[in-house]
Amino acid sequence: MSSIPLKPAPQPLIVAAAAGRSLAIPSMNLRRRLTERAIEAVLLLAALVSVFTTLAIVAILVWESIAFFRTVPLLDFLTDTQWTPLFDDAHFGIIALLSGTLTTTIVALLVAIPLGTVLAIYLSEFAPFRVREVAKPFLEMLGGVPTIVYGYFALLFVTPLLQQIYPDLPGFNMLSAGLVMGIMIVPYVSSLSEDAMRAVPMNMREASYAMGATRLQTALFVVTPAALSGIASSYILGISRAVGETMVVAIAAGMQPNFSFNPVEPAATITAYIVQVALGDLPHGSLGYQTIFAAGLTLLLITLLFNIIGHILRKRFREAY
Amino acid sequence: MTTLPLTSPAADVDAIRRLIARHKTWDWLFGLLGVFALMFAMLVFAMLFGQMLKNGLPHLSWDFFTSFPSRRAASAGILSAWVGTVLVMLVTALVAVPLGVGAGIYLEEYAPKNLLTDIIEINVTNLAGVPSIIYGLLALGLFVYQFGLGQSIAAAGLTLALLILPVVIVATREAIRTIPQNIREGAYACGATKWQVVSHHVIPYSLPGIMTGVIIGLARAIGETAPIITIGALTFIAFLPPSPFGNPDQLISFDWLTAPFTVMPIQMFNWISRPEEAFQANAAAAGLVLVVMTLSMNAVAIWIRYHFRKKIKW
Repeated sequence: MSSIPLKPAPQPLIVAAAAGRSLAIPSMNLRRRLTERAIEAVLLLAALVSVFTTLAIVAILVWESIAFFRTVPLLDFLTDTQWTPLFDDAHFGIIALLSGTLTTTIVALLVAIPLGTVLAIYLSEFAPFRVREVAKPFLEMLGGVPTIVYGYFALLFVTPLLQQIYPDLPGFNMLSAGLVMGIMIVPYVSSLSEDAMRAVPMNMREASYAMGATRLQTALFVVTPAALSGIASSYILGISRAVGETMVVAIAAGMQPNFSFNPVEPAATITAYIVQVALGDLPHGSLGYQTIFAAGLTLLLITLLFNIIGHILRKRFREAY
Repeated sequence: MTTLPLTSPAADVDAIRRLIARHKTWDWLFGLLGVFALMFAMLVFAMLFGQMLKNGLPHLSWDFFTSFPSRRAASAGILSAWVGTVLVMLVTALVAVPLGVGAGIYLEEYAPKNLLTDIIEINVTNLAGVPSIIYGLLALGLFVYQFGLGQSIAAAGLTLALLILPVVIVATREAIRTIPQNIREGAYACGATKWQVVSHHVIPYSLPGIMTGVIIGLARAIGETAPIITIGALTFIAFLPPSPFGNPDQLISFDWLTAPFTVMPIQMFNWISRPEEAFQANAAAAGLVLVVMTLSMNAVAIWIRYHFRKKIKW
């Protein structure tokens, strides 16, 4: 912090003015600079909160998981097909929960990807301006509906509806949970895919139209390939949403761990298991308490993997033009 | 691709016309498919809303808002739930807004290009993709047990604040990015310091965008159930947290921060998981209130965005 030396002024009038202020300037400068520095430091701290959050998440999950894996061998955790941590005959096979997560995710994607992609292509390439102005906020609102409401909808509307078609369907099943989750993810897929398509330069479309291509041909053979990595990253985001979704599956798919890939059966997902344990009253530090952290760590690793893939894809998509 | 017979020019033209007609049909069909997809999405939303309206509306009355949950479905209400939601949101907003806006300003206006900045940026993107239940586990381990906050309003508010932090940060950054550089240069030319530029120009001009982000974040936080269940919030609360103004010794008491609580989605979850049919109507009514709350917040956010996008011309 060096104060600026005042240069001798050539004119007496200015010298007088400067002399009057020369006492004030250095101290004001110093105070100002200190304030500026302090403000910058405070803002940096605010930005660092996100880093601390990540570190705390990893630390807590790893810490409790280490305690868990001291009791349960990692090999059992990965290969056992039963998940009954709270029974006398305790089994800790995460596969039984992963199968539920995987099945509901696949059902959700079978809804979200076709519907989301068609909507994205339609909104980006076909829809008139007015339709888009209404459809975009509407889809945003669909994405803003609380997940618990979707859970209610799955359990008390979609399941009874499906039971009319397929009477043997149990009250809790992965099918209706997955279908509703798919609807829930549509806005994410469609809005991100549409953004990617809109980022494709107009002149590529114009070139295609000039060759006599229709809108559909342009959309499918020019715009979609050019926006492919952005579209793919929207799918990845959809997957990571579906994997981490909690309330829909906890309400509509049941909370019974079940090693099965059959969507018409009830099953628990990783997230549903955490909810189930949290609803009970497990003492802090018990093995049962540690299981939810081990399950949470598995979940975090899966979503992290997808996030990284998505990040790489997005980066490529940004560099394309 | 069809190969065209190249025998006579007339047949050639006909074949091309048929080809064009076919492509136009496909084009038209896809347009129809798009309209159907949009209508399907709207239909699902209408069914979702209609179902709740049908089951919940008869139950919505003034008493529903002023009664505590009860063992009898008919007299059960959401008083403790909506009071809890308001208080938790207060904590969430008070924590998330300064932190999120501060972080956004730092990243856009102050951050040098270095490793630390990269780490922070990657972190924010990454946190946005972490499932909400993971935040619940963080809160369970950190706020509930390490900090000893217990299953309190403070613990829930802090959890949700961390959850919506990425939303606020991203919204702030996007809002700041739309401000043209010459506004800053003009201020610097008048001798303003960095903070003066930020506080007199950058923050006011990006306020609509920031507000949009904050409202969308809070709308998300209101509906979040999983993290709050994970910290072990009680679901049957038939009392209100202590009032901040009730205590004669202090002007404002903060006892409510550490009070046990319930929130709207938890109350709804509790009613959904009851086997009795009668409670489903309560769940529908609570869901209706919740959806109206989140959707109107989203609508306000969208309105702010559209309104100011039209109004501001640099």
